[in-house]
Amino acid sequence: MNSTMSLRVFAIIIAVAALATLPLWMGGIYYINVASQILLYAVFALGLNVLVGYAGLTSLGHAGLFGVAAYATGYMLQLGYGHTESILVALLVGVASMAVYAVLSLRSTGIGFIMITLALGEILWGLAYRWISLTGGDNGINVPKRPAPFGYSLSNATNFYFTTLIVFLLVVVVMAIFVRSPLGAALRGTRDQPRRMNALGYHVWAIRFYACLFSGLLTAVSGILFVYYTQFISPQTLALTSSAEVLLMVIAGGPGTLLGPIVGAGLVVIVKTVVSGFIERWNFLLGAIFVAIVILMPDGLVPGTTRLWRLATRKRAPVAAKTEGAP
Amino acid sequence: MNFWLVLTVNSVTFGGLLFLLSAGFSLIFGLMRIPNLTHGSLFMLGAYVGATFVVGLLGFKLNFWLAAILATLAVAALGALAERLLLRRLPGDQLAQVLVTLGLSFMAADFCLMMWGGDPLNVATPDGLGGFVRFGTIAFPMYRLAIIVIAALVAIALWLLLDRTRLGAMIRAGVDDPDMARVVGIRVSQLFTIVFALGAGLAAFAGIIGGPILSVYPGLDQDMLPLALVVVILGGSGSLLGSFVGSIIVGFIYNFGQALLPELAYFVLFMPMLLVLLLRPQGLFGRHVP
Repeated sequence: MNSTMSLRVFAIIIAVAALATLPLWMGGIYYINVASQILLYAVFALGLNVLVGYAGLTSLGHAGLFGVAAYATGYMLQLGYGHTESILVALLVGVASMAVYAVLSLRSTGIGFIMITLALGEILWGLAYRWISLTGGDNGINVPKRPAPFGYSLSNATNFYFTTLIVFLLVVVVMAIFVRSPLGAALRGTRDQPRRMNALGYHVWAIRFYACLFSGLLTAVSGILFVYYTQFISPQTLALTSSAEVLLMVIAGGPGTLLGPIVGAGLVVIVKTVVSGFIERWNFLLGAIFVAIVILMPDGLVPGTTRLWRLATRKRAPVAAKTEGAP
Repeated sequence: MNFWLVLTVNSVTFGGLLFLLSAGFSLIFGLMRIPNLTHGSLFMLGAYVGATFVVGLLGFKLNFWLAAILATLAVAALGALAERLLLRRLPGDQLAQVLVTLGLSFMAADFCLMMWGGDPLNVATPDGLGGFVRFGTIAFPMYRLAIIVIAALVAIALWLLLDRTRLGAMIRAGVDDPDMARVVGIRVSQLFTIVFALGAGLAAFAGIIGGPILSVYPGLDQDMLPLALVVVILGGSGSLLGSFVGSIIVGFIYNFGQALLPELAYFVLFMPMLLVLLLRPQGLFGRHVP
C-alpha cells in the first residue's frame, strides 16, 4: 500500500514537471498551442465529470454552458469593459445558467436528464445562432486582445500555456479536495443509492444541485480560457457535436476518476488537431473510438488500463498478456 | 391572406415530413426506451442514397419513386444491422445505447461528407408533380400537396399495422410492458430489430421525399434530429397519434417561427418541448415517462 502511494506521488511529480517544462522540450508554437487546448478541454471535461462520473447524471448540453461563458466574456469586452469585469461576469453568467439548467433538469435522472439538458443546450445554440443583434449570429464575436495580468502578456503562446497550466493545476487540486470531501462522498452516495441517501436524511436534490453549480463553475472557467485561446466565439462551439465531444472525453478517459477526463481530453484533442493533419476523416475516427470504447471498455481508458495493468503485473495471470493490445 | 395560406400549407407539408421521420423515432423510443440519436443521420443517409440514384451519380438514373424505395430498403437493412451488431450487445444499458447511437451519428455524418462531398445535391421534383394546383387566385406547388397525401397514407398504413395486425399488437405490448410481454412469449428482442429497421426505413423515406424541398446537404442530420426529438417529446413516445399531432404542431411552430420571429425561431421551437418535459413528462399522448 505504502509503495503504491509513493509511486503515485512520484508519478504526479514527474507529470507536473513534464507539464511545467513542456515549452522547453516541445518544439514549436503549434504543439504548445495543442497542449494549451488539451489543458483547457481537460478543465471542461473535469467539470462535466462532476456530473457524469460522480453524480451519475449525463448531460448532453454542457457545450451550451461553455459557450454562454465564452459569449459573456466576448460580449462584455465588446461593450468596452476590462478583462477582470468581463471574466467575473462570465463566471457569474455561467454558474447562473447552470443553476437554471439544474432547476429544470434535476426533476429527472437517466434518459430524462439527458433529454432536458440536450433541449437546453439546443435552446442556447439556437439563441447564439439566431439572436444576431446580440451574438453576431454565424459571424460570432471576436476578442481582439488577450489580457496581460500584472504585465504578463498572454498574447504569446508560451505565456498563455503557463497560465492555462496554472488554472488547470488549481482545478485538479480543487477536484481532488472535492472528491475527498463529505460533499463528494455524499454525491457518490446519491449516484449509487439515492433512496438510501434520502432515508439517511440527506437532501438528495440539494446535493445534486451543488454538484451542478460546481460543474457549471468549472465549465465557465474553461469557456473563458477557450474564448481567450481562440479569440473568437461562434455558435458552432455550442452545437450538440461539441457537447458530445466533451462527453466523449469523459467517457473515453473514465468517468468518476480524476485522471480519466484529462486523458480523454488529451486523446480527443490529439485526434482532432494532430491526427487531422494526416487523416482527413478524423470525425469518423472519433465516432468509431466512441463506439468502440462504449462497447469494449465501458468504464473508460483509465480504469480499463489500470485493470489490465493489475492483471498483467499479477504473477499468476498469464492470460492477461493477450488483452494488452488495447489502446 | 395569401401569405398566411401559403405559410399554412408549408407548415402542414413540413409536419407531414416530420411525421414520417418521427413515427419511427417514437416507436423506437417507446419500445427500447432510448432516443435514437442516429435518426437524423438515417434521414440524411436516405436522402443521399436516393439522390444518388435520382441525380445519376453512379452513371445511370432511376425513377424518383424507385430510388425512394431502394433507399428506404437499404437504410432499413442498415438500421437492422446496427441494432443487431451494436445495440444488441448492450442489453438493458440505456445510457450506453444512447452513446453508441451518438458515436454512430458522428460516423455517418463523416461518411456522407466523404462519399458525397460538401456541396448540396439538388433533387429534381418527380415527373408530373412539378406543376401548381390553383385554388381561385392562389397557386400551390403540387409536390407539397403530394407530400401531405403521402404522409397521410403512411399514417393510415402504420395505424393499420399497429392496430390491426398481430405484429402491431406485439409491438404495442412491448411498448406498454416489455417484461410482461416477454413472459407471455413475445420475443421482444426480435421486435427491437424489426422496429429499428422500420424506423430507419421511414426516416430514410422521409429524407428522399423531402429532398426536392430541403435539398440534400451535410448537416441535414443535425437539422432534423432535434426536430424529431421535439415532436416525440411533445407527442409522447411510443404513440402514433402523439407523433402525428406533435409533427403538425412542430411543423406550424417551425414555419411560423421562422417567418415571424426569425431571431428567436429556435427558442420558440424548443420552449414547448421544455414545458411539456416539465409539466407533462410523458408527453401529450404518451403512456410512460422516459
